Amino acid sequence: MTFFTHFGRYILMLKWMFSKPENPKLYWKEFMHQCSEIGIGSIGIVSIISVFMGAVSAVQTAYQIVNPLVSKLIIAQIIRDTVILEFAPTLICIVLAGVVGSKIASELGNMRVSEQIDALEIMGINTRTYLILPKICAAIATIPMLVILSMVLGILGGRITVGLSGIISTETYDMGLRELFVPYNVFFAMMKAYTFAFIISSIPAYFGYHLKGGSLEIGRSSTRSVVVSCIVILIADYVLAALLL
Amino acid sequence: MIEFKNITKRFGDKLVLNDVSHAMQTGKTNLIIGTSGSGKTVLQKCLVGLFEPDQGEIIYDGVSFTEMEDEQRKLLRQQIGMLFQGSALFDSMTVEDNVKFPLDMFTKDSESKKLKRVNEVLERVNLVASNKKYPSEISGGMKKRVGIARAIVLNPKYLFCDEPNSGLDPQTSMVIDKLIYDITKEFNTTTIINTHDMNSVMEIGDNILYMKNGKKEWTGNKKDIIFSENKNLNDFIFASEFLQGAKKLRMMEGK
Repeated sequence: MTFFTHFGRYILMLKWMFSKPENPKLYWKEFMHQCSEIGIGSIGIVSIISVFMGAVSAVQTAYQIVNPLVSKLIIAQIIRDTVILEFAPTLICIVLAGVVGSKIASELGNMRVSEQIDALEIMGINTRTYLILPKICAAIATIPMLVILSMVLGILGGRITVGLSGIISTETYDMGLRELFVPYNVFFAMMKAYTFAFIISSIPAYFGYHLKGGSLEIGRSSTRSVVVSCIVILIADYVLAALLL
Repeated sequence: MIEFKNITKRFGDKLVLNDVSHAMQTGKTNLIIGTSGSGKTVLQKCLVGLFEPDQGEIIYDGVSFTEMEDEQRKLLRQQIGMLFQGSALFDSMTVEDNVKFPLDMFTKDSESKKLKRVNEVLERVNLVASNKKYPSEISGGMKKRVGIARAIVLNPKYLFCDEPNSGLDPQTSMVIDKLIYDITKEFNTTTIINTHDMNSVMEIGDNILYMKNGKKEWTGNKKDIIFSENKNLNDFIFASEFLQGAKKLRMMEGK
């Protein structure tokens, strides 16, 4: 199947996703369930990665700044800006593409293989609206929050590291964080987070929903969906940076 | 009654259904039989709209299904119940929630009224005691019965069953057959069953369509099948020596 066939089917899936819910209560319940699965379910991994990401950034930035003429405040600024601009939105979303994306693709794939999607269709339910829309909405609602959490924990991880290892004092670190802060960077990071959240949820949903074959195919489509999501995230990252910065 | 006329379906170059026409009668168990790959499941999926036929017309009680708008189809589908070959129960829900799901989705009844209806149908399939179990905790036969309960909970006019006996022992198969037969008679549903289980054919075959290589080969009922001269049908039905002996015996009784 060519790229254009996949792209066309993906666009049609998104178009058909919008229909009047049969029972809004059940859709809301499904949305909340997905918020819990995608958002709360990912807090642990996001927290661990973010703290270590900040800690490693602190050590490596300090290692590279050997010139005594360069102010030590710059360590905090570099950590702050790399975490806000790139690490929190992009790196975390790539990790989430693996964690959340593979879950969405395999869940829908399993439902397709075991005819659960057909069963819903026969009942007269728009399966795209019931199964895909709540996942995408939940991802768009929760992933930016995870990105904000990641920013906070990343910067905090850097602070703990510089304090414990004596690279700079925590007071100097805090001063560096406040200096030359550009609020637009947070806006830019949030734009990335919303875009990536849509990619992370819709691409695996496409691969899972349109799965053909048996249980072996579930694993394959899950892997394929993660690879494609990661590539699309990186392309979108570049496009957004070129357009918004 | 469900009528279908000149149904043709291709997958790529492969012609799976070739100009099939037949009428499925109300209040009867209509069986579609044939070897694996004869097009039974594709025909059933065309009838419920999971596949679009390339040619032909499907008519539900005088209304053309093929020409219906999506919204009309959605409404009609609420009158269709389907039992899938693998039961297709929702893994994350208990037996009770699986059966209650169509009620939650399509009715505005109170929770107590819905639970009452769920208990009624679970009682009908003799599964009240297992209502809090998950699909992974029950046997294949029980899953089929839950599938039947879910299919009939909205009192459907049309009941489709895809290989209801596959993977079941003969005794459980008979229980499932009897259940489907009784429901058909009790609620006057138009029941369409895909099967290659000979016991089902002989026990509940009110109206049988035999398919071979995607074509309609023979139609009749469970009595006609014994006396049929159709060689392909006889080769299919009476494949074993035991069944050949049974046929001879029934023919002698008939004469």
